[in-house]
Amino acid sequence: MADPGGAVGRPLPRSGARRLAFGRGKYSDDLRFPGLLHLAFVRSPYAHARILGIDPAPALAAVPGARVITGAEIATVCKPWQGTMDHLPTMVSPPQHAVAVDRAVWQGEPVAAAVAASRAKAEDAANEVAVAWEPLPAAAVRDRTLDEDAALVHPELGSNLCFSTALGTGDSEAALDGATHVVEGRFSFARHSGIPLEMRTVIADYDPGEGTLTVHGSHQSPWHQQDTLSRHLGIPEHLVRVVAPDIGGGFGIKLHIYGDEIAVSAVSKILGRPVKYVVDRMEAFVSDVHARDQAVAARLGVDGDGRIRGLSVDALTSLGAYGSLGRPPISEGMMTIMMAAGAYANAHYDARLRVAFQNKPPSGMYRAVGQPIACAVAEQLLDWAAGAAGIDPVELRRRNYWTDDDYPLRTPGGLAINRLSPRRCLDKLVGMMGYESLRAEQADLRKAGIHRGIGVATFLEMTSVGPAYYGPSGAHISTQDGATVRLEPSGAVRCVTSVIELGQGTHAALAQIVADRLGVAANDVGVVGGDTATTPYGGGAWASRGLTIGGEAVWRAAGGLRANILELAGSILQADRADLDLAGGAVCDRATGEPRIALSEIGRIGHFRHDTLPPGIQPELAVTRHYVPDAAPFALANGVQGSSLEVDVETGEIRLLDHWVVEDCGRIVNPLLVEEQIRGGVVQGIGGALFEECRYDEDGQMLNASFADYLVPMAAGLPDIHVGHVETPIEETALGTKGAGEAGTVGAPAAIMLAVNDALRPLGARVTSLPITPESILEAIAAARAG
Amino acid sequence: MDEFADIELTVNGEKIAKRVEARQHLVDFLRIELGLTGSHLGCEHGVCGACTVKVDGSIVRGCLMLAIQADGADVWTIEGVSDSGEIEDLQEAFINRNALQCGYCTPGMLLTAAEMLEAGRKMTRAEIREFLSGNYCRCTGYHAIVDAVETTMESRFGG
Amino acid sequence: MKAPRFAYIRPESLDEVLELLAEHGEEARILAGGQSLMPTLNMRLSRPRLLIDINRIEELKGISFEDGTVRIGALARHAEVMDSPVVAEHLPMIAEAMPHVAHVAIRNRGTFGGSIALADPAAELPACAVALGAEFVLASARGRRSVAARSFFNGLYETERGDDELLIETRIPAIEPGYRSSFMELARRHGDFALAGVCCHAKVDGNVLSDVRLAFFGSEDRPRFADAASAAAEGKAWSDDVKDAVKEALGGDLDPIGNFHASAATRLHLARVLTGRAIDRMVAAG
Repeated sequence: MADPGGAVGRPLPRSGARRLAFGRGKYSDDLRFPGLLHLAFVRSPYAHARILGIDPAPALAAVPGARVITGAEIATVCKPWQGTMDHLPTMVSPPQHAVAVDRAVWQGEPVAAAVAASRAKAEDAANEVAVAWEPLPAAAVRDRTLDEDAALVHPELGSNLCFSTALGTGDSEAALDGATHVVEGRFSFARHSGIPLEMRTVIADYDPGEGTLTVHGSHQSPWHQQDTLSRHLGIPEHLVRVVAPDIGGGFGIKLHIYGDEIAVSAVSKILGRPVKYVVDRMEAFVSDVHARDQAVAARLGVDGDGRIRGLSVDALTSLGAYGSLGRPPISEGMMTIMMAAGAYANAHYDARLRVAFQNKPPSGMYRAVGQPIACAVAEQLLDWAAGAAGIDPVELRRRNYWTDDDYPLRTPGGLAINRLSPRRCLDKLVGMMGYESLRAEQADLRKAGIHRGIGVATFLEMTSVGPAYYGPSGAHISTQDGATVRLEPSGAVRCVTSVIELGQGTHAALAQIVADRLGVAANDVGVVGGDTATTPYGGGAWASRGLTIGGEAVWRAAGGLRANILELAGSILQADRADLDLAGGAVCDRATGEPRIALSEIGRIGHFRHDTLPPGIQPELAVTRHYVPDAAPFALANGVQGSSLEVDVETGEIRLLDHWVVEDCGRIVNPLLVEEQIRGGVVQGIGGALFEECRYDEDGQMLNASFADYLVPMAAGLPDIHVGHVETPIEETALGTKGAGEAGTVGAPAAIMLAVNDALRPLGARVTSLPITPESILEAIAAARAG
Repeated sequence: MDEFADIELTVNGEKIAKRVEARQHLVDFLRIELGLTGSHLGCEHGVCGACTVKVDGSIVRGCLMLAIQADGADVWTIEGVSDSGEIEDLQEAFINRNALQCGYCTPGMLLTAAEMLEAGRKMTRAEIREFLSGNYCRCTGYHAIVDAVETTMESRFGG
Repeated sequence: MKAPRFAYIRPESLDEVLELLAEHGEEARILAGGQSLMPTLNMRLSRPRLLIDINRIEELKGISFEDGTVRIGALARHAEVMDSPVVAEHLPMIAEAMPHVAHVAIRNRGTFGGSIALADPAAELPACAVALGAEFVLASARGRRSVAARSFFNGLYETERGDDELLIETRIPAIEPGYRSSFMELARRHGDFALAGVCCHAKVDGNVLSDVRLAFFGSEDRPRFADAASAAAEGKAWSDDVKDAVKEALGGDLDPIGNFHASAATRLHLARVLTGRAIDRMVAAG
């Protein structure tokens, strides 16, 4: 679509980065509000306990002027909600209060709020609130939560089972019986979280005079906030405004509705004052949504020539104590069973999923939801099958991908696929890696006692999920995005979008799209968003949707403005608009490219010199369009990742040597942005593979709730990440983009696990639990030695 | 011996006199009392590096130093070094390389990288990675940051 | 989180510090580099009435060498120790250990004395002090005394230092001719506290070891001098058999405490592997 020399497709640095690099970002906690009060929560020290009483007196004595507001008081202005889905009648999740009223069901659940003139004073007060507790037994061990004698998270449900389902062709066992080689494994994926560096932040300002509620916060989906605040606090929706200023990372963590955040608005409504709450890092670990936490048993059968005969998957996902409002907590598990081995031709597949509650923080969506698990399980089984069949693992993949003649298709897991490009991605990756020479080097070093490993993993990335899923669920979450594009009098262009910018650079890419549609430079386009009162309605930022959905809305709005500009120019120039075009900041002659009238002139006349226009001409220099992805349920991106690493088999240390990614996200609007999304995603995937885990004891106490003990990747010890592209634009949209934000996180854990197991293969050792630690490697080696 | 004290210090070249509470750490002082919100809090327990500021010529964790301890000190924040232009080449390299996404870690990362550049020599990528390891970035995966620092070293000290 | 309320004082002289300590004892906390104290305050794990800031006491600063001994003032910052030519020349083990101590911004502020006095069992410097036979000088209003590193550490964050005492300097014998040091550490990530760490110091003649001193950190509740393992190498020509004997003996010296980063058995295994490698490297360094 791009004109020669156009902005789309070019690696333009994003303009929004400049002020951030100069320390001029405006994150929620940077904003100033007169009369502001600060809030700190009293949180449950127990994973499960009855609240016998809350005595604020010691707090009020310690901090004169402080206020303590209990869950019961908050409940008088805020209705509870329920994380169930209309289209899944068998899924259960009990009502959740913003702040616990009579029972706390996870360590860290808020039970009261203390409000004072400064954060330090609010904490002083919160520390002194006396809560009388009756500790109750907790369900906190994943693999035991469905046992008959397990403690119940919600006794009224009679079980910890939230949901169970099965899918597939029903014949995988028979197919596996007929396979030449059958490999199997039990895998475990630890509970972890997204850990955005800026912690969740809310400033709620209820104006009792106007009855308005204005909330500034670090949130990926302000419209969902607006809807929830309006309905649960009983404030008419046009009086609720949610603003998302600069956001310090989200990764899915900030798209959820949090009780503590909603409570801040409730407290503001009670007090009639602006109230700020910033989650503390240690609180974040026990209040941000957690993800993954899944055990998977799987079996794969192949023929003698390595062709897949059948696959079966049995997954158990452990949630926290609740599902999140509007965001199905079963997604982690559903994505796992739906997408496992989706890129490969396979006729016989069965999967079972059980989802259970635990006394832990609520579960939610973190970058790549379930897909890293699907990828790691299937790819590891394929590597083992390759080993059993004596076929190179790369060759085995090549033999098994769906072929171009197979598309469009529906996998036995239920995944609708229009088109994929795994073979082309693999060929490119193998070339970038120098796969053959890496294998040769690996063999040489092995003779010297050095254990190198190579992992090559194919991944699918479900992006831009549309209405087919969220609509029937009844969730008040829009899968549409909108944009207004406006010509300013000077000829500059402004774009107002519902897409939320939190570092991906989407706003910069939107400017590139507008630039090409209107024939201007990208830096002549200003993009703003993040305010439910002033921007078109939309979904926000989640499921790698910004460009594919929001970008298409911008494409359409800019197209509408383009038509309006040409129509106005035609009447000014007394020309046929069909002979006119836009380029170089001017309306020009379509045939010759000769400029006829500058956009600044169009802007000046269109806004200020209506007197010079012929009668009946109404300039429309702002156009709003929305786009809902209606032609496909989602945009499926794909790619391949490769990892090269070395395992010290005496210490269990892993040294990452290199990492490669080839991905196909359709049309690339800005490769600079895409590549850094990929790299950042890979490193979060490496975090999941090697470091990140919320460690709990059997009583549901989190053991490592600080940055000192919960490890995330840091610069040292990480490899350089080489990124290549295959570009297969989708046909459903004008732009042809797919999402790219999760690809890195989907495939990296698999590539790393495969490489580690490849390195350990001569020792007969296997690791199947993520994160892989020095200790787990040593234990695997010891187990292999013990036979 | 008091819970409050008067302090005088220089912040970004400007003399400041304020009464502070003993328990207030340096970054809260800069952010709340002086409105210098470019320094961020990512953990408040000294691990993430988002609060990195320069005190008497060296970078420190702003959350692990009390404001009262900065009495008499010369403090520089991202706002100050941006205004002075002393790391403009580094900032441009970050922008051109897209070495920042959400930008929350960026001020601390830049001040740490600036101290690395003060060594006056080109370092290996592994050395750069090690030097930056006290600063978490959750978005970029660090690769682009290492590139941007390397580019700046090359232009300052030759390839 | 924000620190709880406390009072603060910044004395100008050592005598004043010691008087304050005598008066306030355990209700006061010494603020040196603050790199461990401040996190515990910000997490509200520690609630002292009074912080005594010793950062302006001149006589606690500096690193010097005299009569075969290196004196490291309590306020010497990690960065200063790391860059010190005196340390590089006379205490190669500590020079080797310093890059493993946290990260740049922490090293710019954290102090040698603070690390010793805190006695974190996973920290590098206390174990180096134990291996090298350091002496710690403690001062109080009652007077001064010197305590050998090997009898200073009593347990998790527990030392011989009384509540009224201040660690004012560490005195470490400089490396002697014919001696070599070797330091190795394993951590989950660079700069993290150790899963296992070993400090080796010995006289190396060809491949014959004598005056062998092995100390370990990241193992139990305090840095541990390994008597049996050191003895197993004493007077021996370094060989695979001796290495095995040293590793075996280490099982009698160490009784590691496991946690979620690594179990006791893993920590002992890692300490053994590291010991073999550290001595290999020390012997090969000639």
